[in-house]
Amino acid sequence: MSSSLTAFLPELVLLAGALGLFGLTLGSSARQSKIASLVTAAAFVAAVILSFGTHATLFNGAYRVDTFSQLFKLILGLGYIVVLLLGRSLDDIRQDIRSEYYLFLSLGICGLAFLFSSIEIISVVISLELSSYPLYLMVAMRRERDGQRVQMESAIKYMMFGISANGIMFFGLSYLFGLTGTTSLPLMLERLQPYFAAGHVNALAIVGLALSLSGFLYKFAIFPFHFWTPDVYQGSSNETAALVASLPKLGAIAILTRFVGLASPTDSTIPTLLAVLATASMFYGNLVALVQTDVKRLLGFSGIAHAGYAMVGLVALGSAGFAASIFYIAGYVLMVLACFFVVSRVSPDGTNVSLSDLAGLHKRSPLLALTIGLGVFALGGIPPFVGFMAKFGLLNAALDKGWLWLVIVTVINSAIAIYYYLKIVKEAYFSDAAGRPAIALDFAAKAACIVLLLAITALGVAPGKLMQLIAASLDTVQVALN
Amino acid sequence: MKEHLLSVLIFAPLAAAAVAAAISNERVLRWWALLSSLAIAVVSVPLYTGYIATQTGFQFVERCSWIPSLKIDYHLGVDGISVLLILLTTLITPICVACSWTYISKRVKEFMVCMLVMEAAMIGVFSALDLVLFYVFWEAMLIPMTLLIGVWGGARKIYAALKFFIYTMAGSVLLLVAIVALRLQVGTFSIPDMMAAGSGFGHSFQLWIFGAFFLSFAIKVPMFPFHTWLPAAHVEAPTAGSVVLASVLLKMGTYGFLRFCLPITPYAAHTLAPVVLVFSVIAIIYGGLAALGQSDLKKLVAYSSVAHMGFATFGIFSFTQSGLEGATLVMINHGVTTGALFVCVGILYERLHTRDIGVLAGVGKYMPVFSTFLGLACLSSMAFPGTNSFVGEFLVMVAGFSVSKTLMLCAVPGIVAAAAYNLRMLQKVCYGSPANRDHSAVADLNLREILTLAPLAVFIVWIGFHPQPFLDVMRDSLAHVLAQLGR
Repeated sequence: MSSSLTAFLPELVLLAGALGLFGLTLGSSARQSKIASLVTAAAFVAAVILSFGTHATLFNGAYRVDTFSQLFKLILGLGYIVVLLLGRSLDDIRQDIRSEYYLFLSLGICGLAFLFSSIEIISVVISLELSSYPLYLMVAMRRERDGQRVQMESAIKYMMFGISANGIMFFGLSYLFGLTGTTSLPLMLERLQPYFAAGHVNALAIVGLALSLSGFLYKFAIFPFHFWTPDVYQGSSNETAALVASLPKLGAIAILTRFVGLASPTDSTIPTLLAVLATASMFYGNLVALVQTDVKRLLGFSGIAHAGYAMVGLVALGSAGFAASIFYIAGYVLMVLACFFVVSRVSPDGTNVSLSDLAGLHKRSPLLALTIGLGVFALGGIPPFVGFMAKFGLLNAALDKGWLWLVIVTVINSAIAIYYYLKIVKEAYFSDAAGRPAIALDFAAKAACIVLLLAITALGVAPGKLMQLIAASLDTVQVALN
Repeated sequence: MKEHLLSVLIFAPLAAAAVAAAISNERVLRWWALLSSLAIAVVSVPLYTGYIATQTGFQFVERCSWIPSLKIDYHLGVDGISVLLILLTTLITPICVACSWTYISKRVKEFMVCMLVMEAAMIGVFSALDLVLFYVFWEAMLIPMTLLIGVWGGARKIYAALKFFIYTMAGSVLLLVAIVALRLQVGTFSIPDMMAAGSGFGHSFQLWIFGAFFLSFAIKVPMFPFHTWLPAAHVEAPTAGSVVLASVLLKMGTYGFLRFCLPITPYAAHTLAPVVLVFSVIAIIYGGLAALGQSDLKKLVAYSSVAHMGFATFGIFSFTQSGLEGATLVMINHGVTTGALFVCVGILYERLHTRDIGVLAGVGKYMPVFSTFLGLACLSSMAFPGTNSFVGEFLVMVAGFSVSKTLMLCAVPGIVAAAAYNLRMLQKVCYGSPANRDHSAVADLNLREILTLAPLAVFIVWIGFHPQPFLDVMRDSLAHVLAQLGR
């Protein structure tokens, strides 16, 4: 097997899996599709591990497999497995299209996997769309029931916002193409440098880059591209919301790292813009989350705030900052999956979960209570969990570059956020069950919860290895890092 | 073992907690928690015997790289101040387990796990020599403490738990910024390195760092006007929660002043000392007067804590040897005395399900052994000569008069109030009036309760009559702090 084939093996596995799933949608039951998806996910993870360390540039320089993208694929694969386990038997998806749900899920994962490795604008755009469109459909696939047609509204909103943001992105990309005459990101980086030279900053380059970012900021749910987030979380089924909230952020941060790296640190326009957007996201997300009663909506607004935190690392425009942001999002995926895992299990038939539905969870299922308890404490940035270490890395990187005001804004927001996280802990631990039924967990669910808890704690207590790995992988990305 | 003693002390409670999580029999669980915490207390004794008081600098040091990419080390060590506070922690934990023996009847397992995790975090706070490690322990403690209040607390437990968490968390977020800012100046997170660099920092930088540190420590102490979370938390917490809160958690604030504010930001400490002294005196007066007006015994003790901690902060910011020694001794004393008082209140509450001083009036008549302990604790709380508090507060007052006669004289009403509220409590509870309710059915202390209170009583008298061993341990370390402060 040639090294380029080995390097591309994970993607091939995913594509083969998606093809197989397509076959399964023609007749088989949802259960078979789920098993096929799990097998694909496991094979994908195995293939990533197998190919780890092999580097290759494929398709005439449009696609590069390096440690950076492999690391992301590894996290993606593990997240894929959790999302599959979290879905149980897809209670809230229409029965006759459950197989298709798995197909779309795997296609979305394909898109994300491609996105990590794309270093050419066309392939970036195609991967981005491939990762987005299946999600639009999955949101709409929620079962209809009395009084519940909100999924259609959510899907339309998700799609319209997505397409608009992409339109703005295309517009910006056309500027960048016009300035540099290339669609290859490494070349573009080289050719953009003169436009950022101190004293002769080209406004067109700034505008082009800023507009280009909007497509990714939309995926990332950064203010002012956040409007879809709470509605989509609320309108989609619990398992879809878990997916939308977690894995696409990995794609967004990977590609944001590459694009923000195009900006030169000598000019402060782009970092300032990002800092302002980060501030707005943090305050908006946290303040609005304070008054939410639907847990998914609450997590949606908190997701906006967390995207803002992660931007704090990008603002630092340097490998330390990028590494911190990536670590933050990796940790965020774990934490938010833990929370959504509980949400999807607490809901008996797939309906949305309000805060009061969590009441007395410690009695009804101690493991779920522990999972959401540690999950939200970690989201709140309380040590010794991953959320703290990740946030600490961000503060470190940003302050290192002199962003004192942004760092202070960030910690003030951590303090605000604690209140609504505590509301969840309060329901889970301090309130009475008041007749709510106990929740039984099967073996896979227990295992998934325990693995998530261990990962959240282990990455908080011993984050060194992963941090080093991320920092080292950034070196393989020639884009960025001046 | 000596070179890893601190690690053992931190990880042993965690291991004990892990084992406790696997035990399902409640009786076995209680015994396991008690015996393991007693064993940890015994293991901690070499910390005292092995500590060389005449040697400045940190001892029992352990250091290895923890997170290389962020330059964070796993760095532990103790000096004369932290040795005493760690010993106080290991003394208080078994007492907390013992006083919850019958008081905690639901979810015993979770309770014991929380207690043991708390112990690990508290020892970690006092022994961390890396600022990030310190912060990790400092914040990690919030979770078990909030659960202690919120799950096993009284009627308004949720309000109190949330208030406690949010107040302390909000106070310490800026601490995190200060920690990173210090790292950028010094290059490491090592606390000894920062102390060494302390006097070299620019003045406005020092003021900002001091402000961030001060906010989080002042909330923990709690200093007037940041004290409002304390009465709520104390009143609602279960007995063990109140004990551990008063005895150990509050000390972390004053410990923070001694460990960080004075050596790392000496200029700012000097500049702002008058403000802190004034607020300390306000705390002494306010705490005393507020305690005088309480009818809930726990609230009374909680407000008396505010006053006692006012003495501690006054001593620290007097910047004199006797002031610092007195303050450190007040910290230990308050841990012992207030711990005993909260255990006493808990004992009454278990028997009569009230803490109202009017309802309890006269109960002491039928509980002679209890009254003895309560009397001793009250005498100590009012700093009666021959008890531990007298020595500590006397030393602080000596320092106080040398710093500012006016301020110290202003504090006198607070000291008088201390005598008044303690005597009032003692008189009401032990004698009451002819209109007392009939408490003749109330049983006196059982053996477990006597054994719970006895160690505290021993320390009240021991420190009261022979404080020298305690002062010897801390003296040179405090002199070192003063030297770093530039006096």
